Amino acid sequence: MNTTASGMSTPGQTVGPFFHYGLPYDGDRDLVTPGSPGSIRLHGTVYDGNGAPVQDSLIEIWQARPDGTVPQEPGSLRRDGWTFTGFGRASTSRDGSFYFSTLAPGATEPGAAPFFAVTVFARGLLDRLFTRAYLPEDEAALAADPLLSSLEPERRRTLVAEKDEQGYRFDIRLQGEDETVFLLFPGR
Amino acid sequence: MELETQSVIDAEISAIAQATEQAGAGELQPHVDYPPYRSSILRHPTKDLRHTDPETIERWAPCFSHRDVDPLESDLTIGQRGEPVGERIIVTGRVTDGEGRPVRNQLVEIWQANAGGRYVHKRDQHHAALDPNFTGAGRCLTDDEGNYRFVSIKPGPYPWKNHLNAWRPAHIHFSLFGTDFTQRLVTQMYFPGDPLFSRDPIYQAITDPKAREMLVATYDHDLTQPEWATGYRWDIVLTGSNRTYTESEDSDL
Ligand SMILES: [Fe+2]
Repeated sequence: MNTTASGMSTPGQTVGPFFHYGLPYDGDRDLVTPGSPGSIRLHGTVYDGNGAPVQDSLIEIWQARPDGTVPQEPGSLRRDGWTFTGFGRASTSRDGSFYFSTLAPGATEPGAAPFFAVTVFARGLLDRLFTRAYLPEDEAALAADPLLSSLEPERRRTLVAEKDEQGYRFDIRLQGEDETVFLLFPGR
Repeated sequence: MELETQSVIDAEISAIAQATEQAGAGELQPHVDYPPYRSSILRHPTKDLRHTDPETIERWAPCFSHRDVDPLESDLTIGQRGEPVGERIIVTGRVTDGEGRPVRNQLVEIWQANAGGRYVHKRDQHHAALDPNFTGAGRCLTDDEGNYRFVSIKPGPYPWKNHLNAWRPAHIHFSLFGTDFTQRLVTQMYFPGDPLFSRDPIYQAITDPKAREMLVATYDHDLTQPEWATGYRWDIVLTGSNRTYTESEDSDL
């Protein structure tokens, strides 16, 4: 038991219904103070296969700074209001919605399309899902993106956040017609 | 809605197990499409996951330190007025990547039910006592060798409403970060010899028996401390994209 056979990784399991006192923490969704200079809101709703909101899911984002550099500073669990750590976590509300207060990520390489790396957990979801929320502005970069350009237009649409007054809207559909494109990275 | 009986769920579990065994297609990760776990039915993607190479941000992971985590947070039995009820346990192990390299200074978070199988959660309707001396959430950072260590109380099994007379095997929920974003893992650690394993659709959703056993801790008498606590060892392997950089070496796996 628990022998780590080569090539095997520890399997995932659902986050279950009772993660709310284990994972959320004060300031989890506020990578920057809401309303502070440069702050934007990234928000959306998680839907199930019937189009019903998922009220017990947990969304995490991981992102570059606006200048495209990758934060490697601690402090995500105890925000000091000054350090941008690039990591945030938000549980969904009764209506399935989540939001983050953050900064818009920049391109990590010249010409690359900036995106938020997103992880989705939920009761009923047996393993975490990865996806990306791309910023919609730089159309040339989006067109050149290897992932986006490999997708049919209606699938591609599910990965591009929509601009709104405070920032961006990014809905997540776990199943169905407009199901979000979820990602499988090599190695697992 | 009328709940189905355990035997209906058992039959579904064994039908899937037989089919995967015959096809030689046991899977190392849970089937997200696993109908015996009823709430998975509308909550799993039906389209194939898209094979994607990680971009820069996905090759890095968030960074945590003792600024984030107080060392006392790894002991779930302290911080209240008295001692919690139940069997005190030490749970420890090593977090490594696919090549056996330690995952250093990374965040490990846990949450669990108390000895009676009750969570401190408003949605937990189980008629078991809350323990005023136990909240059941903890955190720690792995050390330079990738080791983590918690002191806690052995959680009880608990009922849930997947079907009639449904009980989860005792478990501790674990959340882990690796050295890159693609290693992110949320899972559950189980205790050896639990009679509920064969009846639990969450555990059985991992259809490869060797893979599921990786979620079961080992009792370790050398970890057990006299007059104080029993010890369990549970090692964790986080594979992810960093593995592909050396994949030519083990491409026959
Ligand atoms: Fe649980």
